[in-house]
Amino acid sequence: MALRTLFSKKAFTTASGFRPIAAGDRCFLRQARGLTVAALPDLAYDYGALEPAISGEIMRLHHQKHHQAYVTNYNNALEQLETAMAKGDASAVVRLQSAIKFNGGGHINHSIFWKNLKPVNEGGGEPPHSTLGWAIDTDFCSLEALVQKMNAEGAALQGSGWWLALDKGSKKLSVETTANQDPLVSKGANLVPLLGIDVWEHAYYLQYKNVRPDYLKNIWKVINWKYASEVFDEETA
Amino acid sequence: MAMALPLAYASSVVNPFEAGRLSFSTKATKHKKHIYQFRKVTKVLAYYGLANPPYKLDALEPYMSRRTLELHWGNIHRGYVDSLNKQLANSPLYGCTMEELIKTTFNNGNPLPEYNNAAEVWNHDFFWESMQPNGGRLPWGGVLDQIEKDFGSFSNFRDEFVHSAMMLFGSGWVWLVLKTNERRLSIVRTSNAVCPLVWGDIPIISLDMWEHAYYLDYKVF
Repeated sequence: MALRTLFSKKAFTTASGFRPIAAGDRCFLRQARGLTVAALPDLAYDYGALEPAISGEIMRLHHQKHHQAYVTNYNNALEQLETAMAKGDASAVVRLQSAIKFNGGGHINHSIFWKNLKPVNEGGGEPPHSTLGWAIDTDFCSLEALVQKMNAEGAALQGSGWWLALDKGSKKLSVETTANQDPLVSKGANLVPLLGIDVWEHAYYLQYKNVRPDYLKNIWKVINWKYASEVFDEETA
Repeated sequence: MAMALPLAYASSVVNPFEAGRLSFSTKATKHKKHIYQFRKVTKVLAYYGLANPPYKLDALEPYMSRRTLELHWGNIHRGYVDSLNKQLANSPLYGCTMEELIKTTFNNGNPLPEYNNAAEVWNHDFFWESMQPNGGRLPWGGVLDQIEKDFGSFSNFRDEFVHSAMMLFGSGWVWLVLKTNERRLSIVRTSNAVCPLVWGDIPIISLDMWEHAYYLDYKVF
């Protein structure tokens, strides 16, 4: 089973993604040289499975090039940090912070993003029910209102960023935007990401060119509300 | 003269003082009707046009494709111009050159809503000027002397410039500027739409590092 998992294209992920590391997992972390480094997680679906909302070419580049680059650079920065800390080089430690924030944030954000997406024939786009559905109705009046708000904020975001929506800190949902690769925690330690949408140009340019609103309109067809619900339920339990 | 006013909407920046003179020069009694009509429609608007790049859209191939320029200039740059004009329709800002508009709207680090569009219009105008067909030759004269003085050599400067571009996180621009206070050249990175004009520095060349500038041709850099 583990061997088959290792060599299959699909990742062996559980719904919530919160579980201890086990042998044979292709998951977040791997041990190497005594330093825990990050690894590129597999997608739970083929690159072309999200078409026509997101093209296979974009998914392949986004995952294999962009996300991989963040992982590689994050690991490099961690190694340099380890050396700097061992040497007591405070200015090197501080200097590395922006690279760690950018590349580590990129790794965190994209790892969540892949789980936020699902092919249509596997339930992508199906609206949320029960707990998360009620919470959305309470905090935003309706799912349509939430989608509209998220689309507006995502379109308005200048430059590159994430539109990480539905945070649950004080048990309330909210829509937040972050710049560049800033992870959601940079806006508040109590914020838990449920659903994120990458609005960097690389996420849509090849297909939608500069028409970001069209990308935002179509991505809802492949959003994985099931994952968002599971995270929500775990955090509110 | 009153008939000349509609033209003021059409093309370049309107000088508000000229518009004022127009209204006062009309004889009040005889042309009262004209004045009232004039006053009804008088609203001085600033309006900016989209300048063409100084070369054809395929002139930078094979380094930058015609398709990229069609989208980058024709859609994105044009989009900034249109958005700026829409904002200015309801704004008291007028009578400015683009540089003045940028400095005004930058508002010492607390930018007004028009800043982003104004800066991006200027940034892209400057970017097209920073490139030329059959370019890539060495600079000469004063610029080369100053580069060699401040960076050691042209290839040192180019390496530093490229390195700076690779270190940019997110969207932004890389500039070679002449720092007015220090009176030397320097390589500067800015985020999103920030333009070194706001600090009083003089841009020499720029490089657009937003992904839309290179993604179609180079995918990931």
